[in-house]
Amino acid sequence: MTNEPTPAGSAPDAPSMTPGPAIADHDIAAHVPRLRRYATALVGNRYDADDLVQDCVEKALANRHALRDPSRLGGWLMSILHNLHISVLRGRRRRGAEVPVEELADDLALSAPPTDRAEVRDFVRAFGQLTEEHRAVLLLTGMEGLSYREAAEVLELPIGTVMSRLARARERLRVLLDGGAEQAVVRRIK
Amino acid sequence: MTTGETHPVTEADLHAWIDGELPDERRAAVERHMADHPDDAQRFERYRAQRALLARSFGPLIDQPLPDRLTPPFAARDAVATGRAGWAGRARVWGLALAASLLLFVAGGATGWVARDRAGGGRQADPLTAAFIADAVAAHRVFTVEVRHPIEVGVDQEAHLVSWLSKRIGRTMRCPKATKSGYELIGGRLLADSDGPVALYMYEDAAGRRITLYIRPTPSPAGTAFRFAQDGGLQALYWQDNGLALAITGDLDRATLSGIAEEVYGALNS
Repeated sequence: MTNEPTPAGSAPDAPSMTPGPAIADHDIAAHVPRLRRYATALVGNRYDADDLVQDCVEKALANRHALRDPSRLGGWLMSILHNLHISVLRGRRRRGAEVPVEELADDLALSAPPTDRAEVRDFVRAFGQLTEEHRAVLLLTGMEGLSYREAAEVLELPIGTVMSRLARARERLRVLLDGGAEQAVVRRIK
Repeated sequence: MTTGETHPVTEADLHAWIDGELPDERRAAVERHMADHPDDAQRFERYRAQRALLARSFGPLIDQPLPDRLTPPFAARDAVATGRAGWAGRARVWGLALAASLLLFVAGGATGWVARDRAGGGRQADPLTAAFIADAVAAHRVFTVEVRHPIEVGVDQEAHLVSWLSKRIGRTMRCPKATKSGYELIGGRLLADSDGPVALYMYEDAAGRRITLYIRPTPSPAGTAFRFAQDGGLQALYWQDNGLALAITGDLDRATLSGIAEEVYGALNS
């Protein structure tokens, strides 16, 4: 229908060419807090996250007629955000100089109960050392509660790739948090 | 029990197990595997803990107030997304709006708290000026967003905090609690305004929202009723009592702020 980022497997949609009901601002707004949480955890700072979410909202509105099944709005927005993020990363590849995650780590530590603060701070810092791919798969499955299939749709990957990436990400994070040697988990995935 | 036997348990099974995606018929095999492989059991315990920490660390982000540019109505741009210069401009305007003028009004006894020993009655004679509120609100803005050093002395050194501030302010300063309202004292700092030293106490609730209590000595021993001031998104409630001018500031509704003020007032007069 368009070359918009559309989750793979949107087959259940009827092959009709008539656009569905247009999505209203408030439909999208309802997803913004969640998109923003995901984006902040993914990029490691609020500023880039807000830019990303804003771009995502703009792009979704500009293409609001492309989404035929309103019940898929959440996944569709996540896909758009993911694709925008990938293009931002490509553009930035040679620039380096990202906003350090320390500020977010301190910030989130202060939002946590006092007894959890040190743990939260260490966790956010360790999480920030993962690759973006690893962060994305951990967040989608672990925090956003997406199934493997839904995560695969957002990331536009085969399910098997999502599972092996998740296994690698968890192990990498475990070593960052606990130390020790990394297990070759993916060799054992099948 | 027999279904899973033919397939050895894979790493993917173990992940599917903690993610709730394992088919029921594989569960027994995986649980047996975990019992037989304590190293795997331990490793997956850590993965579970990771997931809990993920939610605990990033979960609160969902409650963060949204910036203007992320709240509807979104600018009409059905056609083609343009650059974001317009948005940046809007953000700057928003920043300026924060510095907008103060709105002051009297709370008219809404809290049921009545002025004690109120001198005169004319507001002209009142040392609680707009400048006092402006200073209190400015201090709130500057220090509550501070991540590394919101306070100088933490509540873990409460005795030191009290004696230090008392010495500098020249009055017996206590650290009033606001725990009934859900706020914990995190500490305090010494500030200066045009009239001399000021104490600032900071409190935080479980969600990380912060309020401040700004206290300046005044020459007048008179007490006044609570009054509200509003500046941008912030509400301040201020009053005067026992030779101190006090202001509680936060991004809160008035009823909540009144509850906190009454608790603080009670703590200071107990």
